[in-house]
Amino acid sequence: MSLPPPDPEGRRPKTVTAGRVGVYAFLVISAAFFLIPLWVMLMTSLKPMEEIRLGNIFSLPKLWTIDPWISAWSGACTGLECHGISVGFMNSVQILIPSVILSIAIGAVTGYALSFWRVKGANVMFGCLLLGAFIPYQVFIYPLVRLFAATGLYNSLLCVVVVHVIFGLPLMTLLFRNFYQGIPIDLFKAARVDGGSFWSIFLNVILPMSAPIIIVATILQVTGIWNDFLFGVAFAGRENLPMTVQLNNIVNSMQGERRYNVDMAATLLTALVPLAVYFLSGRWFVRGIAAGAVKG
Amino acid sequence: MNGVNVKDVSVAFGALKVIDGLSLDIAEGEFIVLLGPSGCGKSTLLNAIAGLLDVEEGKILIGGRNVTWEEPKDRSIAMVFQSYALYPRMSVRQNMSFGLKMAKTPRADIETRVTRAAEMLQITHLLDRRPDQLSGGQRQRVAIGRALVRDAAVFLFDEPLSNLDAQLRNELRLEIKRLHMELGSTTMIYVTHDQIEAMTLADRIAVMKDREIQQLGAPDELYHRPANLFVAGFVGSPKMNFLEGRIAAGASGLMFENDTVSLSLPDDVCAAPPAPGQAVTLGVRPEHIALDGGTWDGFRVDIVEPLGADALVWARRDRTSIQLRVTTDEPVKVGTPVALAPDPRRANLFDTETGRRL
Repeated sequence: MSLPPPDPEGRRPKTVTAGRVGVYAFLVISAAFFLIPLWVMLMTSLKPMEEIRLGNIFSLPKLWTIDPWISAWSGACTGLECHGISVGFMNSVQILIPSVILSIAIGAVTGYALSFWRVKGANVMFGCLLLGAFIPYQVFIYPLVRLFAATGLYNSLLCVVVVHVIFGLPLMTLLFRNFYQGIPIDLFKAARVDGGSFWSIFLNVILPMSAPIIIVATILQVTGIWNDFLFGVAFAGRENLPMTVQLNNIVNSMQGERRYNVDMAATLLTALVPLAVYFLSGRWFVRGIAAGAVKG
Repeated sequence: MNGVNVKDVSVAFGALKVIDGLSLDIAEGEFIVLLGPSGCGKSTLLNAIAGLLDVEEGKILIGGRNVTWEEPKDRSIAMVFQSYALYPRMSVRQNMSFGLKMAKTPRADIETRVTRAAEMLQITHLLDRRPDQLSGGQRQRVAIGRALVRDAAVFLFDEPLSNLDAQLRNELRLEIKRLHMELGSTTMIYVTHDQIEAMTLADRIAVMKDREIQQLGAPDELYHRPANLFVAGFVGSPKMNFLEGRIAAGASGLMFENDTVSLSLPDDVCAAPPAPGQAVTLGVRPEHIALDGGTWDGFRVDIVEPLGADALVWARRDRTSIQLRVTTDEPVKVGTPVALAPDPRRANLFDTETGRRL
């Protein structure tokens, strides 16, 4: 004889189901899958070359060393010059800051104008902009090189910044437009009745509400521009090569012994900025991906 | 001179004409309500008066001045929105003074006007809070305050109470009415789909449907002499009872009849007496029918909705269902046979075909 089921009372007891276990198993495995390369890189970068040659790529270093990191930062050679990756770091920062600020500022204003001011043909303009976001960048490179060469801007910091701003514009505009579509139009009407102009409404009413989307845009642009290789190689010129290009040059310069620990350290150094952005802004980053989706 | 004149105005969204050749004259200090179901063009008209929508044709005069091509800020208007539309990152004080700041009003002047408006609306203690720290009713008060400081000639209200719960709605409705009385010469144009708001607030109501004004008149007039079936059905709650039938032939005097009931009517119910045999619709308001002691027999009480002060009763005979408002201390029992007594002097007759009042 089985017991009658208990009379339910209070909180329902938690049960472990097969589905739960499966979900967690999947999450743990996929987390491990993405963490293993990072682990191997980190371990390799902290070992001397003798230990690396033994081939135990997963093991902790027996002899911990920071030398590969120092060498990667300031001593590794790209061809004939041996200044490490630090040069590229400074270049990347110089490219990053104006590109991020300009692309976000222009994207915000464009998004604002498209959502609130109902310019004639706004939808067509927006459609063109979206189309621009889907055309492969490679198509534009040769014409742009010719264009910049003709104007004398080619191979300069300004050149690569302009390229980043132009190519960032579709996504930035989309992001801000979608965000502003969610703001009740009444707010804009009220500001119009109160006598606000195009710029005063933007600066006094709309911009102060835009903090969440500005954070999201910053995350997207910082990681995107920092990770860029193509535009850096094509437009920046020898003096201004960004960190990613510098890294490639270090890793691929074939002279003597291949120093895996230095390569790994240089790679980690290059990845540090986007990595920091991911870690510091996980929640916002996911929100940014969701906000970037086309809606409405 | 704070009147508003709308002259043959058309508004179009692309190829679609939302308002077509509409005219409306509003006197200084008048409280006019644009009443209608959603999509009737009432908000569009309000936005056109505000200058937030461009008109395609016609012109708009405010205070006798042609403002058809003027910016909203130059029209001497203030506007209150359904969604409050407070600037979320500004304090109440900043919200109220934003318009004055934009107009480059001297700071001392801004201070006095904000203080005065805040006192009128009893929101002085809220001045340093942010909109998200306020309740719905407080927010709408602030929105009204923001309109008040502008010293506008015309106030435009776009369904300002629709987002509030019933009790707050009554409270703020009274407040708006009081405000209108205190301001005196300020014209107010108020858009709503709530006929109680319209009846209680308006000097005149413009009932709109299908982008046209169906009837323009005092609340009383709309209630007692609706111009057509739509107005008759839209104004008044519960709804007017409609019975389709015809004018009886051969009877002495005016007589309505159908298969279920008949009613002898005084001649002054109609402006122009209809011909015998004409198809007409009889309209009688629930409050103008007594439950018993009349000639409409054969009805039984179907449903009773007690409201406290009175009760709404549905009486039914075959397929005819009639609603009455009954004031009685005796509870009405479902199933009781009743002989309804409509008041013929308060009946309305409409041409069934055109829907117009006869």
